[in-house]
Amino acid sequence: MLRIEALTKSFDGFMAVNNARLTVDQGEVVAVIGPNGAGKTTLFHLITGQLAPDSGSIRFQEKEIAAKAPHKICRMGIARSYQVVNLFSRLSVFENVQVAVLARRGKTFNLLRPSRTIAVDETNQILESVGLGGKADRVCGMLSHGEQKVLEIAIALGSRPEMLILDEPTAGMSPEETAQTLALMKRLVAEFELTILFCEHDMAMVFSIADRIMVMQQGQTLVEDTPEAVRSNLLVQEAYLGGGAAPC
Amino acid sequence: MIRALFSAKTLLVAALLLAALILAPQVLPRFYIYLMALVFVTGLLATSLNMVLGFGGMYQFHHAVFYGFGAYALTLLLTKAGMPPVFAYLLAPCCSAALGLLLGLITVRLTKLYFGMLQISLGSLVWALAYRWYSFTGGDDGIHGIPLPDVVYSSTGAYYFSLAVCSVSLLVMYLIVNSPFGRIFQGIRDNPERCRAVGVDVHRHQLAGQAIAAFFAGVAGTLFVTVEGSVFPELMFWTLSLELIIMCLLGGWFVFLGPMLGAAIIVVLRTFVGIYTEYWTLVLGVVLMLLIFFLPEGVLGFALRKAGPAQADPAKE
Repeated sequence: MLRIEALTKSFDGFMAVNNARLTVDQGEVVAVIGPNGAGKTTLFHLITGQLAPDSGSIRFQEKEIAAKAPHKICRMGIARSYQVVNLFSRLSVFENVQVAVLARRGKTFNLLRPSRTIAVDETNQILESVGLGGKADRVCGMLSHGEQKVLEIAIALGSRPEMLILDEPTAGMSPEETAQTLALMKRLVAEFELTILFCEHDMAMVFSIADRIMVMQQGQTLVEDTPEAVRSNLLVQEAYLGGGAAPC
Repeated sequence: MIRALFSAKTLLVAALLLAALILAPQVLPRFYIYLMALVFVTGLLATSLNMVLGFGGMYQFHHAVFYGFGAYALTLLLTKAGMPPVFAYLLAPCCSAALGLLLGLITVRLTKLYFGMLQISLGSLVWALAYRWYSFTGGDDGIHGIPLPDVVYSSTGAYYFSLAVCSVSLLVMYLIVNSPFGRIFQGIRDNPERCRAVGVDVHRHQLAGQAIAAFFAGVAGTLFVTVEGSVFPELMFWTLSLELIIMCLLGGWFVFLGPMLGAAIIVVLRTFVGIYTEYWTLVLGVVLMLLIFFLPEGVLGFALRKAGPAQADPAKE
């Protein structure tokens, strides 16, 4: 579904992503792990078009998407959430998700119909499915950090993507919220057959959900394999998992 | 459509207000009628600015240029082209919209302050044209004694015409702000990056918003000509643009009717303080300072917040 080859991006000589490769197949849950500054977020920015790569190829469903505009990539079926909460701050929870639904339906140049009558059911369904149904009317700034991270995912779902990219979906969450988010991700895969690509520092979470794991270090792909293989890989243990002891 | 947006109470208040405004010329002296017409014109102009400023988050620093352009377009269509007034009145705002589109094509590539600065520069070029092109625009003298149709020639006629056009324009703008386009526009204001990520072509929306706002500024321009019977280059000078921004901030730039109130306050203040001192901008300066410190949401924004959080923003209910 997604195939990245020899992808490179540098900032003023610093190689943020250096010759990275990654393959994600339909229906898979793939995790990207690596120390801070390994280039995970840059990699996601490159896939979703926020940044244009220096070289290399990103193919989504056999089409080259490298350096395409973000809105075009989104319309092809890739939606994302952000590491740092990135919402529509003055809009309500409902409106935050509605923006994404309206954008997907291509209704954004409808000038005279009241928007409160459009896409209401679908928006409410998405909010229900992520557990924000009761908070639809709140201004999103009033939500807790954990809820805002969930709203991040809800906005991405509004685009009804085939592939969902989550940048540290549980960062800053309490253990309960992390467990809920994990359950949500599992449900999204089971119910909506979504393909998920995510990065995360919580190793317990990564190993409990990922079908495959890509380990990044200094912008490069160190290993790309099943969780078991990654866990026993000596290179990974040295680079990231803190030597000897296996995680979890 | 209307029923979905307004409660019965709002409709009743609007109807009563409209009735009072329709009856006003029967009881008020001519000067006040003229003043009220001026408030409609300026309020419409400030509201059109706020569509892109408060609801679109665009740093529209030179909105007056579209206002002046509409006023000049109407005047020149009437005097130079000899067009029938009905067509001239319809075409003039479209000229403003076209100018908005043209300038927008260049300016929306930039963001925030850079957008605003470039707009000031390009707008000033248009102003310079009007200011210097004596044979066509009358230069710094402007054009006076514009042949207006009889129905709007009297001050009462001009008043009713501005009231009608202003009401309809406000209604249409309110619909637009509450439409899917308006919602996306507010999304772009809050977070353009995220908008792109959910599949919105931000530049195209900003361009469309620019053209719509310019159109209504052009409508306000035609009303100015109707009320004053003349045009002059000051209509598109950048200091007026600044004054418009102050009106939006004063009234409340996240509330739909905020700029209307801000415009009313400033027009009235200028008229009455102006009688006593020519330094009326001094008073404006003090008002502005107090505003920034004590009412950052503007007068109407503050009042609505006090009235209850549920009604904090009627434009977004």
